[in-house]
Amino acid sequence: MQFGVASSSAIESLVSNPMRSLLTMLGIIIGVAAVMVMMSIGEGARAQIDAQISSVGTNRLTMMPGNMQRGGRQQGFGSGRQFNEGDVEAIAAQSYVRTATGVLGGSVTAVSENANWTTQIRGANATFFETENWPVADGRAFTEQEVQSGRAMVVLGQSAAKNLFPSGNAIGQTIRLNNSVPVEIIGLLSSKGSTGGGGQDADDVVIAPLSLVRNRVVGGNRVVAKNVQTIEFLVKDGNDMAEAQTQVEDLMRQRRNVRAGDSDNFRVINFADMIKQRAAATETMSVLLAFTAAVSLIVGGVGVMNIMLVSVTERTREIGLRMAIGARGGDILLQFLVEAVALCTLGGIIGMAVGWAGVFAYAQISKAPMLVSPVIIGTALGAAASVGVIFGFFPARRAAQLDPIQALRYD
Amino acid sequence: MTTLEVTTPKKAEAPIISAPSPSPGSIISCRDLTKVYVMGDQEVHALRGVSLDIAPGEFVAIMGPSGSGKSSLMNLIGALDRPTAGKMWINGHELSDMSRDGLADLRNETLGFVFQQFNLLARQDALGNVKLPLRYARRDVGDIEERAKECLKLVGLESRMDHRPMQLSGGQQQRVAIARALVNKPRILLADEPTGALDTKTTNEIMRLLTELNDQGITVILVTHEPEVAHYAKRQIHFRDGQIETDMINKDRPAL
Repeated sequence: MQFGVASSSAIESLVSNPMRSLLTMLGIIIGVAAVMVMMSIGEGARAQIDAQISSVGTNRLTMMPGNMQRGGRQQGFGSGRQFNEGDVEAIAAQSYVRTATGVLGGSVTAVSENANWTTQIRGANATFFETENWPVADGRAFTEQEVQSGRAMVVLGQSAAKNLFPSGNAIGQTIRLNNSVPVEIIGLLSSKGSTGGGGQDADDVVIAPLSLVRNRVVGGNRVVAKNVQTIEFLVKDGNDMAEAQTQVEDLMRQRRNVRAGDSDNFRVINFADMIKQRAAATETMSVLLAFTAAVSLIVGGVGVMNIMLVSVTERTREIGLRMAIGARGGDILLQFLVEAVALCTLGGIIGMAVGWAGVFAYAQISKAPMLVSPVIIGTALGAAASVGVIFGFFPARRAAQLDPIQALRYD
Repeated sequence: MTTLEVTTPKKAEAPIISAPSPSPGSIISCRDLTKVYVMGDQEVHALRGVSLDIAPGEFVAIMGPSGSGKSSLMNLIGALDRPTAGKMWINGHELSDMSRDGLADLRNETLGFVFQQFNLLARQDALGNVKLPLRYARRDVGDIEERAKECLKLVGLESRMDHRPMQLSGGQQQRVAIARALVNKPRILLADEPTGALDTKTTNEIMRLLTELNDQGITVILVTHEPEVAHYAKRQIHFRDGQIETDMINKDRPAL
C-alpha cells in the first residue's frame, strides 16, 4: 500500500474541514483527558502509598497501650497501662524479632543561638534507627550505652536542623531543650520527606536517648517505672507477620496478666496493612474513572465512525476516480484508516493537553499527589489511535469495496 | 458532406473455432462480450455479443444513442467492470483471470482516463492532480514531479501548475485531466465524452490535442455522440441495442 499518498490525502481532508474535525474529535478529547486524569491520580496515589509503606516498613509492628475499661466505661485512647523497658527487652529477645525499640515522646521547645523552635522529641533506644529504617546521614547515632547512661545528646531531623541552624553546621553545636536541658547535636537524620497526609513533616523531629527524654524532658511516670509509650519492632524476614503479631500479643497478655476471656489492654498495629486498606478506596475511584474514560472513548469512536461514513459518501466520486487511475482497494482503505487514526490521534493530543490542565488543577485543589509519566502519555495516545483503527476500519472498508463504476457515476 | 466507407462487422459473425483468442497484434481484443445489468426484477442487456479488435495506434470513436452499450463497452475496456460473458484482452492480459488489484495495476500502468466531468480533486492544484496516478504506481516511475511538469507542459499549462481546478476554465481543467491521463505513459487513452461539458472552440482544442497524442503513438478510444467530435477519429464504430451496427474507417478527417 502506498502510505505517502494515503496520509497526505487524509491530512488534506482533515484540514479542509476544521470545524467538523474538531467536533468529531470532542468525544476523543474528553476520553483521553479522562484517561490522563485517571491514570495520574492512580499513579500519584500509588506512589504516595508506596512511599508511605516503605517509610513505615512492611515488616514493622507498633504496639500501643490500649483503652482501659473502668467500671464498664471506655477510657480514652492510650489510657491503659504503659509499657516499660522490660517489655522492650522481652520482645527483642523473641526468636522472630530482629530488633525492637521503646519510644517515649512529646512536644519540646528547642533553642539554639539564634532560633527558637517547637518540635517533636522522641526518646528511643539505639535500635531506633534500624527499626525505623531511618539512617543517620551526617555525624553519628547514639549507642545503647549512651542511652542507658542518659547522655545529653540528640540527633536532629532535617527540618528541625534547618529551622534551628538556618546557616547549616548543626553538628557539634549545643541546643537547650525546654530552655533548661543543654544537649549536644551528634548527628543528622536522612530526610524522609512529607509522608503523611495534610502536609505533616516527618523530618521536623529530634531523636534523643530514651532515659534522657524520660527523666529530663517529658517527666517520668509514677505508675510504671522505666516506662515507654510505644514499642516498635521489626519481624525477621521469612516470618509471617500475622503469626508474629499473635505471638507478641500472647507474650504481652502474659506479661500484663490479662486473663483469658478479657480484652487486651494494648494493641499491636501493622501500619503497612492499614495503608494498603486505605489504598483500596483510591483503587475504587480509579476503576470508576477508567470506566468513564472507556465510555467516552467508545462514544467518541462512534462519532468518528459516523463522520467517516459521511466522508466516504461525500467523496464517493473521488474514490471512483482514484480507483480509475490505479488505486487499489488497499490504498483507499489505508487512506480512510489513516484519516480516522489521524483524527483520533489529534484529538488525543488535544485531550492530553486538557487532561494535563485537569491534573494540574486537581492537584492544586485537592493537594493530592499526581504523576504524569511517559507511560501515561503513551497509554492515552495509544488508546486514541486504537479507537481510530477500530472505528475507522468499517467506513474505510466500505470505501475500499466500492465498485469503481458506481463510484464514478455517483452524484 | 462527408463520405464514410462502410465495412461489414465480420468479427461478430466469424465461426467459432475452439477457444476464443485475441487476434495477434491487437492491443484490445473482445470476443462475444455480453453485459447484463439486473435492475430490480428486470434484466437490461447492455452488450449482446460484441467482438472487436483495436490495433496499437488507432484512434477509434465509439458512437451511438444512449443505452446503445457504448459506455458499457468503455467500462469493460477501461478494466473498471467485468463482462457477464465473453473474453477480452488488453495489452496481452486476459482480464477475466485478473484480481481486483490486478485490474487496478493494469489501469495504473496501461490506461489513461479522461472524463466528461474532468474529475479533478478540488483540494489539489494542477500539479498535484497530475501527479496522483504516479503516486499509486507500484513500479519505479522516476521523478514524479518532473514527469508531471512535463505532461502539464505538453498540454500547454506550464504557467498554471499551481492553480486549483476552481481557478481554471473548463478547457484548462480538461487539459489538466489529459495531462493526468498521460503522466503514467499509457498505451491506451480512454476518453468518455471528453468535450461534453465544453464549448465548440474549446472542444476543437481538446480534440486537436487528442489527435496529436494519437500521432505520437497512443491508442485513443473516444466515446461520443457528437459527429463533429467523432470526426477527428480514424475509425468510427456505431452501437445500437448492445451490438455493433457499423464499423468504418473515417477517410475524411479534418487536417490539423
